[in-house]
Amino acid sequence: MNVQTKPEVKRADEAKVGIADCDTHPTPKSLEAEIYPFLTQHWRDYIDTYGMVQRIGFASGTQYPKGQPRASRRDSFPPDGGPPASNLAFMQEQHLDPHNVDMAVSIPLRIGQALNQAELAVAVCSAINDWQEHFWTSKDKRMKASIVMAYENADACIEQIEKHAPKDDFVQVSMLSRTPEPMGHRKYWPIYEAAAANDMPVAVHAFGYGGNPVTGSGWPSYYIEDMMAHSMSCAGLITSMVYEGVFERIPKLKLVIVEGGISWLPSLAWRLDRIWEKNRLELSHVTRPPSELMRDHIWLTSQPIEEPDTRRHLLETIEWIGWEKVLYASDYPHWDFDDPKHVLPANVSKEQRQGFFRDNAMKLYGLA
Amino acid sequence: MDTRYESAPREGSVKILTGAVDCDVHPASPSKAEILPYLDPYLAESVLQRGIESIESVHYPPKAPITVREDWRGPAGAGPALERMQAHLLDGMGVGTAILNPLMGVQLLMNEDMGAGFARGLNDFIAKEWLDRDDRLRASIVVPQQNPKLAAEEIERMAADRRFVSVLLLTASELPLGKRYYWPIYEAAEKHGLPIAIHAGSMYRHGTTGLGWAGSHSQDYAANGVNFQTTLTSLIIEGVFQIHPGLKVVLSESGITWLPAYLWRLDKGWHGLRMLTPWVTKMPREVVAEHVRFTTAPFDAPRNAETVAKIVDHIGNDDLFLFSTDYPHWQFDGDHAVPDGFSDDLIRKMMIDNPRATWSRLEESA
Repeated sequence: MNVQTKPEVKRADEAKVGIADCDTHPTPKSLEAEIYPFLTQHWRDYIDTYGMVQRIGFASGTQYPKGQPRASRRDSFPPDGGPPASNLAFMQEQHLDPHNVDMAVSIPLRIGQALNQAELAVAVCSAINDWQEHFWTSKDKRMKASIVMAYENADACIEQIEKHAPKDDFVQVSMLSRTPEPMGHRKYWPIYEAAAANDMPVAVHAFGYGGNPVTGSGWPSYYIEDMMAHSMSCAGLITSMVYEGVFERIPKLKLVIVEGGISWLPSLAWRLDRIWEKNRLELSHVTRPPSELMRDHIWLTSQPIEEPDTRRHLLETIEWIGWEKVLYASDYPHWDFDDPKHVLPANVSKEQRQGFFRDNAMKLYGLA
Repeated sequence: MDTRYESAPREGSVKILTGAVDCDVHPASPSKAEILPYLDPYLAESVLQRGIESIESVHYPPKAPITVREDWRGPAGAGPALERMQAHLLDGMGVGTAILNPLMGVQLLMNEDMGAGFARGLNDFIAKEWLDRDDRLRASIVVPQQNPKLAAEEIERMAADRRFVSVLLLTASELPLGKRYYWPIYEAAEKHGLPIAIHAGSMYRHGTTGLGWAGSHSQDYAANGVNFQTTLTSLIIEGVFQIHPGLKVVLSESGITWLPAYLWRLDKGWHGLRMLTPWVTKMPREVVAEHVRFTTAPFDAPRNAETVAKIVDHIGNDDLFLFSTDYPHWQFDGDHAVPDGFSDDLIRKMMIDNPRATWSRLEESA
């Protein structure tokens, strides 16, 4: 959605270095063709009969219809049918090859994680993980999978983490931002402990259906409000994790905030510092300033990157976050795709650019 | 050492300018004994018969550090509280005019008529026990946010008293504040030239975050920062300012350092999605510049003039700032109410020019 930016001349040396894309959304061609093989007959029958219900009123779709079909770029529907990003060859042709992506993190959405039927959620998440392996990571080594989890069931999550974490194909565990309780809640700690023990970052992607109104003032009316409220959800979950002491209890935990943009993080850190200074009785278990904990434990993917008129403001904001903490993401195939050619202002050093597009992610995920 | 708090480093010693307006100040909430004489007979009887002892909001626990700064504490009651406010703020720091935003938990009551009754009693109490006793004081009208029709009636009842300069709402409402349900409040406010002061706090109809109930006071207080953002989005996107072009909104105790990132994101989202809300014909940043103002306490930033100056540059519009101490809430130490890094020009604007441009009723008594 780079409506107002000017294309930047690509320098010759950049073209050679592959980039890491930390948010892409492979999708099954259909449940029947690609997910049912990994489900028992019971769950196939269950889905055929009752569907996959989330904590919203509609039998399918969302209460905030998106601006585009499947929230996707209109040119991302594969020519031979199926939903966007359901065809590896077409994704290679449209995104991975021309953008010189040599590492793309798959974060499957829509199915599994936020299902209201707890046992179904476990079964479908397990299937999605097997599906990523069979249909994506084993067919293109550039693709790396996220361990999708039924995060209301910590035991099931640990099982999935222990099953997949040892494989090179999986690089992180994945949750959605709108959990039923804020993410600092102790019921989620075993998940974080298992992730940290297996040296896996926990990535939190936009949305999910925890059942709470999406704002502290109830349900808004429009999709843009729902969309905007994602970064506010992330602010809420970070507040919860910092103030509940999660990062101090689990020092190896790494949190990746996906698809929230980036620029809101410094102001949140400053706010949490100021409140922490004053409420030392309540927050006695938080022994370091929140801004330090956030700097040590939180990474952000870049998309949808903010586009201030004065582009220097974005660079100053990234300085506050830390250049080493921001990871490029395209969000392919979604409509608000950030094109790597346009995403950063021109006056960025080679090292910063290299870190943003590649090195920060490779280091975080322990890849060469 | 008292483990409850530790004193923060000193910051920003700036003199309060003569005639400065402090745009967010809190009178002590009346006790049961103090409010009873101001309640309708039926409600007063009801309070006594039902044993209703207090309707204070949990958002500001009376002994919590942020609620009252340690050196600003003292005996209960409006009289002693006013004397403290005079000693610390009006005479002590030299604030010329203070706008009172009463934070008694009127809006939290589930019973709409009871909410309206307490709002009437509280406004009358503020007029008599505070405004009558110091002519440097102004106040926002407390309205029953539970019922916009009754809220509009309370605005009509109070509007003739020109010392009431704005209408108070809580940011975490029952529904997002832009929704048509609330428009009777905006219609009445616009008619009488009253800005809407939206303040930190919650009606507690929902958890304080979009993720449900947060686990502590600190989390609830932090949540105001994002609840103001979703509230502002609602006001802009629902088209409140198209329908009420004369309406002004003052975000009070909101923080402001979140604003640049918020507007970069919302402007970008609007570019991509404006076909879904075609009545929003201006970029959100333009709507904010025209209609929305922000009080300066708390100013969530490092104690570093260079960083603060960058933040002010990112905000990019000195007209948006309204000076506030948030007295007696603890937002700064000593009398250092202005962060280092604000220019002299910004200080003059936020203390004098911007408040007078925002509250037309302040000019009447200038």
